[in-house]
Amino acid sequence: MPPAHYLFLSLALFLIGAIGVITRRNVIVVLMSIELILNAVNINLVAFSRIFGDVSGQVFALFIIADAAAEAAVGLGIIIAFFRNRETVLADEMDLLKW
Amino acid sequence: MLDSIAFYFFAGVAVLSAALMVTRRNAVHSAVLLVTTLLATAGIFLQLRAEFIFITQIILYVGGIMVLFIFVIMLVRLDIALHHIRFRLQRWVALFVALALGVEITVVFLFARRLPGQGLLIQEPAPADKLPPNTEELARSLFSSYLLPFEIASVLLLVAMVGAVVMAKKRIDQ
Repeated sequence: MPPAHYLFLSLALFLIGAIGVITRRNVIVVLMSIELILNAVNINLVAFSRIFGDVSGQVFALFIIADAAAEAAVGLGIIIAFFRNRETVLADEMDLLKW
Repeated sequence: MLDSIAFYFFAGVAVLSAALMVTRRNAVHSAVLLVTTLLATAGIFLQLRAEFIFITQIILYVGGIMVLFIFVIMLVRLDIALHHIRFRLQRWVALFVALALGVEITVVFLFARRLPGQGLLIQEPAPADKLPPNTEELARSLFSSYLLPFEIASVLLLVAMVGAVVMAKKRIDQ
């Protein structure tokens, strides 16, 4: 498989994730779309690691997976705290800081 | 031959279920479709002979992060979110942004292919039977060249864990 195939697969997943981040109102689904974007980046890293025959790309993919876990934990903690205060998970009703 | 069949199968499943994920109304359906996407991506990793990333993806993403997501979906009330699901105007903004970005990256990619000395993107990777054992190689690199980032990642995970617990716990004194 030439590398271009992996790049275009990664591009497609990234764009779908970006569309999800922009269009969805449910913040949980927005967080899931961010996970999809991070996953698309991982495909690129692992594909280039294979092409160059160097394992560093896979090490960075591991770091990105760890970051995604940390981000999901903190983000979902924020969502639970916010839901307890305001009884909503919709992005356009989160306007405490909006003036 | 088998390689390309595996690639096209997993890529098709990944893109299809990702597209369904951002368009389904029910957040639980989105979560299940995201699990499908992540599993298909794990298949892509296996096709790239990255066995350790493959198993980490399944254990950590599918087994850990997605369970966390589904827990939170069950904790918050969803029926309010089901009625008015998406921004109307922002659908077109999103499509425009995605199309612009996609066309831009594609044009840059096709153009970069013609530049001298840029044959990297069309060259075939080394045959799979000559690869060193993946997990050994990864561990050697992780614990020699990337030891400091590895330790920093552990501190990051600790901070994230403490932060998540503090934010999600109930205030007792109020």
